[in-house]
Amino acid sequence: MNETVKRAVEIIKSSNTRDLRIMEVCGTHTHEIFRMGIRKLLPENIKLISGPGCPVCVTPVDYIDEAVMLALEKNAVICTFGDLVRVPGTSMSLALARGKGAKVVTVYSPLDATKYAEEHPSEEVVFLSVGFETTAPSDCISVKTAVRKNLKNYSVLTSNKTMPGAYRAMKDSADAFLYPGHVHAITGTGILKELLSEGVSGVVTGFTAAEITTALATVLKKTETGKPFFENCYPRVVRDEGNVAAMKIIDEFMEPCDAVWRGIGEIKNSGLKLRSKYADYDARIKFSLPVINGKPNPACRCGQVLQGKILPSDCPLFGRACTPEHPVGACMVSGEGACSAFYLYGGNK
Amino acid sequence: MDDRITLAHGAGGSQTSYLIDKVFKKNLSNPFFTADDASVLPRPEGKIAMSTDGFIVSPPFFNGGNIGKLSVCGTVNDLSCMGARPLYLTCSFIIEEGLEISLLEKAVESMAKTAEESGVVIVAGDTKVAGKGQVDKLFITTTGVGEVLPGVDLSGANAKTGDKIIVTGDIGRHGCCILLSRDDYGIDADVKSDCAPLWKSVERALNAVPDIHVIRDATRGGVGTVLYEIAAQSSVGIKLVSSAVPVSPEVRGVCGLLGLEPLYLACEGTLVMITPPDKADLLLETLHKQPYFENAQIIGEVISEDVGHVVTETEVGTETYLPKPGNELLPRIC
Repeated sequence: MNETVKRAVEIIKSSNTRDLRIMEVCGTHTHEIFRMGIRKLLPENIKLISGPGCPVCVTPVDYIDEAVMLALEKNAVICTFGDLVRVPGTSMSLALARGKGAKVVTVYSPLDATKYAEEHPSEEVVFLSVGFETTAPSDCISVKTAVRKNLKNYSVLTSNKTMPGAYRAMKDSADAFLYPGHVHAITGTGILKELLSEGVSGVVTGFTAAEITTALATVLKKTETGKPFFENCYPRVVRDEGNVAAMKIIDEFMEPCDAVWRGIGEIKNSGLKLRSKYADYDARIKFSLPVINGKPNPACRCGQVLQGKILPSDCPLFGRACTPEHPVGACMVSGEGACSAFYLYGGNK
Repeated sequence: MDDRITLAHGAGGSQTSYLIDKVFKKNLSNPFFTADDASVLPRPEGKIAMSTDGFIVSPPFFNGGNIGKLSVCGTVNDLSCMGARPLYLTCSFIIEEGLEISLLEKAVESMAKTAEESGVVIVAGDTKVAGKGQVDKLFITTTGVGEVLPGVDLSGANAKTGDKIIVTGDIGRHGCCILLSRDDYGIDADVKSDCAPLWKSVERALNAVPDIHVIRDATRGGVGTVLYEIAAQSSVGIKLVSSAVPVSPEVRGVCGLLGLEPLYLACEGTLVMITPPDKADLLLETLHKQPYFENAQIIGEVISEDVGHVVTETEVGTETYLPKPGNELLPRIC
């Protein structure tokens, strides 16, 4: 075991701090915490809660329904990151829609989608723009590319989300946050210092064993002081000012809007949509989509999992009706989802 | 000579004879390969092992091999995993109209060379031509017969608590090579497929340690899938030391970029062997002297707990299950 990990693990195991709920916000943290079995290191009274930082998990059912409608009724080619393909909508996922004739292309970058649009001028191409501050800049660059190349057959269906609103909405669910390193590499640490002044504690951290265990050890040590705290435990990547160029391009193409987070509900100003100047590239406007009120499977308890109220294994569908091969809820689809990680790495072992 | 396959090459007439003479007989000629409807072969003394496999790899030519070499290695290695000396092979070709005959010839030349290296004789073959677009370039099916070495009893159901688990080389190279050959990701890395005929090396390992319990080739689904299959077949648990699993820096790098787990990438010349613990050192020492097995490593052991699961130690000193292999990672890998 690496020396840094060893020291951090000793601090974690020997901690006798008060009862504590720590929320790891980021889906990649959730995945790594399960993969490394980090929960098993913690004393009984310290709970790790998986937060709302898996973009697929918090995308509402309505959004999948909109994408399915675009594909099946508006004859659009859907370009998307692979995770979204199997997320169930009200009546079907994009994978099932594909079986009914929908054209769904998996891409690894929004620029693959503009490239596809350029190479297929007779097809209408819609890119599914989901994710946090980390993916929004490249989504905006795809629109910028479409404008520059005068691509009339390219648009984006936005469901982008931003973290500050979510932190405030979730602040009573946890005593401290592990903030997502890559989000704050973009946005900087200003918002986290603001949260500190509102009494919200947390540390921003990276994704290796040493970074995650050091962050947890820091939370435990700082909690003992009894005062709210903020530490940047990921200084090799996160700078106070963030990535100014990335923030600038988001601001150029997108503006804040209210957004619905699956399992949490609507959070004011926690989403991003295209500015009206770029309405020609907004799939909702371009295809005059109606307002859809999607209905998730009523037995699925992803919402409570996302708020850390239950463990995945407390859901009656977990591991029986709902598995990675046949997911019922979004948290079982994405590799970053708490249910998927819990299932794959034997969370109860 | 025509330079492309036409439907006439499969119609049974003069062009079929031409193809058989110039491509197949030229490379595969031997006393058993006759113009008759079936080959008549001497009967081996021991138990017979028999296996068949279809090959549809895309692209058919890749760094370190081609569909012809792969089609012989695949069946030869399947027989080898049962401790059977490969004796006879048949092959069936389904060829797409329009394929360059030179490509077919290269594949058949590789088959002949690989068969010779393995000591197996190709005794019968069949050729069909399908219309353009009905198949993709070239599909090959091989069927093999082998003679099981006396005193050898290999099966995925034979793993016992305490046994040591060995992989015979660094893992994931074939899967990674095919993924890169398709050039869907814009990654430039020199990864050569491990595709190789393994019988001669397996034979020497079995001569040194006849009581090896399990040999499996880690093809589709990779080493991770094979370990789960053995755990289920033998009703045991498997403890994997992830840090001991040999992975080349190139494969590790590509996997890191694409978020893939090398344990699930296909190998075509790498085996998993499970051996009684007191024979592990002797087996490892023998393997290190054989072609293709120079990088063999002990990667874990068979345990009585966690039946049906593969358990692995993590970087922070806890244990988790290795995630069970899920959906098809890459279609048409072999």
